[in-house]
Amino acid sequence: MASSIASLSSYLRSKSSVREDQQDRVAEVTAVKRKNVLKIGGLFWILLLVVMFASGAGAVQIPAIQVVSILLSKLGLPPIAEYTTQHELVLIGIRLPRVVLGVIAGMGLSISGALMQGLFRNPLADPALIGVSSGASLGASIMIVVGSLLPGFIASSIGIFSIALSAFTVGLLVTLIVYRIATHGAQTSVATMLLAGIALNALCGAGTGALVLFADDTQLRDLTFWSLGSLGSATWHTLAIVTPFTLIALFFSPRLARSLNAMLLGEAEARHLGVDTERIKKFVIFLSALAVGSVTAVTGLIGFVGLVVPHLIRLTLGPDHRILLPGSALLGAILMVGADLLARILIQPSEIPIGILTAFGGAPFFLWLLLRGYSRANLQG
Amino acid sequence: MLELANISYHIGDKPLLKDISLKIQPGEVVAIVGANGAGKTTMMKILCGALKPQTGSASLDGKNVSQIDPDRLARRRAVLPQHSTLSFAFSSLEVVMMGRTPHRTTASEDLEIAFQAMEAAGVDHLASQSYITLSGGEQQRVHLARVLAQIWSPSEEGDRYLFLDEPTASLDLSHQHHVLRIARQVAKGGVGVLAVLHDLNLASQHADRIVVMRKGRLTAEGTPDEVMTPDIINDAFDINVMVTRHPAAACPLVVALPEEAMIDHDSIPIASASSTSQLRSPISIKIPVTPEEEAVIKEITES
Repeated sequence: MASSIASLSSYLRSKSSVREDQQDRVAEVTAVKRKNVLKIGGLFWILLLVVMFASGAGAVQIPAIQVVSILLSKLGLPPIAEYTTQHELVLIGIRLPRVVLGVIAGMGLSISGALMQGLFRNPLADPALIGVSSGASLGASIMIVVGSLLPGFIASSIGIFSIALSAFTVGLLVTLIVYRIATHGAQTSVATMLLAGIALNALCGAGTGALVLFADDTQLRDLTFWSLGSLGSATWHTLAIVTPFTLIALFFSPRLARSLNAMLLGEAEARHLGVDTERIKKFVIFLSALAVGSVTAVTGLIGFVGLVVPHLIRLTLGPDHRILLPGSALLGAILMVGADLLARILIQPSEIPIGILTAFGGAPFFLWLLLRGYSRANLQG
Repeated sequence: MLELANISYHIGDKPLLKDISLKIQPGEVVAIVGANGAGKTTMMKILCGALKPQTGSASLDGKNVSQIDPDRLARRRAVLPQHSTLSFAFSSLEVVMMGRTPHRTTASEDLEIAFQAMEAAGVDHLASQSYITLSGGEQQRVHLARVLAQIWSPSEEGDRYLFLDEPTASLDLSHQHHVLRIARQVAKGGVGVLAVLHDLNLASQHADRIVVMRKGRLTAEGTPDEVMTPDIINDAFDINVMVTRHPAAACPLVVALPEEAMIDHDSIPIASASSTSQLRSPISIKIPVTPEEEAVIKEITES
């Protein structure tokens, strides 16, 4: 039995002797891997810069050096420059929570997009497929329209979070229904899940539409703006709600990376490689629903990020989930913070809903990718 | 040893496998042949533990396959599927590296094994190419390299097995034989190889044992010489064939007869087969001749 490696390599040697050549190639591949890791590091630094810049920019301009100083003094370190109390109040009370929410939302949506595309083995998959977004939308609509009918003490005890809470709950509930429908015994059928997701998305959409009928003018406006998304509701309190869920997804999803790679070969093949596919599916759905549900509950619907960002990473760094997942999280955060910056400053003192910006930027870019992909594929014949 | 004992499997009322028993020893190449829908793939799935038979059991070294930890099983048993759909632009090398998923070896060890496996499968020159730009045959060979990488080195946990489900489906003639020669090399290293094959001559030339299936039953089992008989093949495939000897290899050669030639295999000797009017010579054989022989032949034909 121990002779196997010997017999296989003697077979190889008889064919051609290229051992040294092989070591060169191993080194080459390792170098490419290292370069990709460096690029991920680069993305991290870009994110830091964008965060610094976005925290300073706005109606009240805070120079970067002051931003750093305020943050340093908050950490109990000596500041490197003088700053005013006004700057501190604006930065800590308004800007920073909003920028951090941008980071969290961008990471949560993008990493879920990457997870979903891996699960469905389809680069066009989107977190919305499992119904979490439309469910959240329905939940928010219910609270916006009929929330005022709630007895006063309930409304006041959950207060401003009532919409977020309702959105999060209904979003997870819809995902759970989709998952239950697609699961028979111990097996979850991804194809059934896709179809059930489409049906429930339609159902939730109809529910949301029906609520519009009963809404008054203010409520209609609220509904519309919710469905366009905004990071405007960011406070340290809302962050405290969203962050843990997204962090759970960020922390656990890299552990699924290698299994998700194998699952791209097909579920049966992944099982032959020793992957517990049912467990992976459960995890992916659970993590994405948590991240997307909590983010959407606070920000409203922000489209295209979850779809486009993983694509960008795949195009530049390849489809390996070990790189794709952290890369998507970082790039998603960069783009979200950048988009929110534009949303805040383009038509000051008013704001553009961020969903409009991500779609305006994302959709043409996506089309460009498609067209470029076609011409490339044609070149390669 | 891999063993199927009295396996029966049915979906609803439709029986797919009936009372199948089969043993595969490490070091041998076993070919499964049979008509479409005979149950070959179902049997393979049961051997993999992907399907649970209603009666009987599939066991590896006496342990029920479905009860072995999937990770552990994957370190000893690799499966090459009929076709795989991978629509993401992994490089060929990355696809082969997926074969190392169940192992806890270092990345550089994995890389070395992956390169060796790619060389064995004849796809090392494609290592950096994107998988989705490869031809069907190249993709199939990349997957072959992947499953070779999966069971490349001997496992302390026991003997290794390699299942090939129609491994030659999208390959040209030379690569079909190449794949089976690799299977032979792998078997020499102590791996039990089980291959579903459609080409009877590939099976008879490369397998130690051939298993014939028909309508969910195992109808014949034995060496190529024992199994490749007109009766057995006619029974399994509903086709009239003639079995001769392979001119160069020591194995039977199966040739399909034209539909209209309803002949009794036993009574017609090969030489006279060409004399029956409808029966054209089904195959032309080129035997390499030395210059001396050529001279002799020339002499004979001229005189």
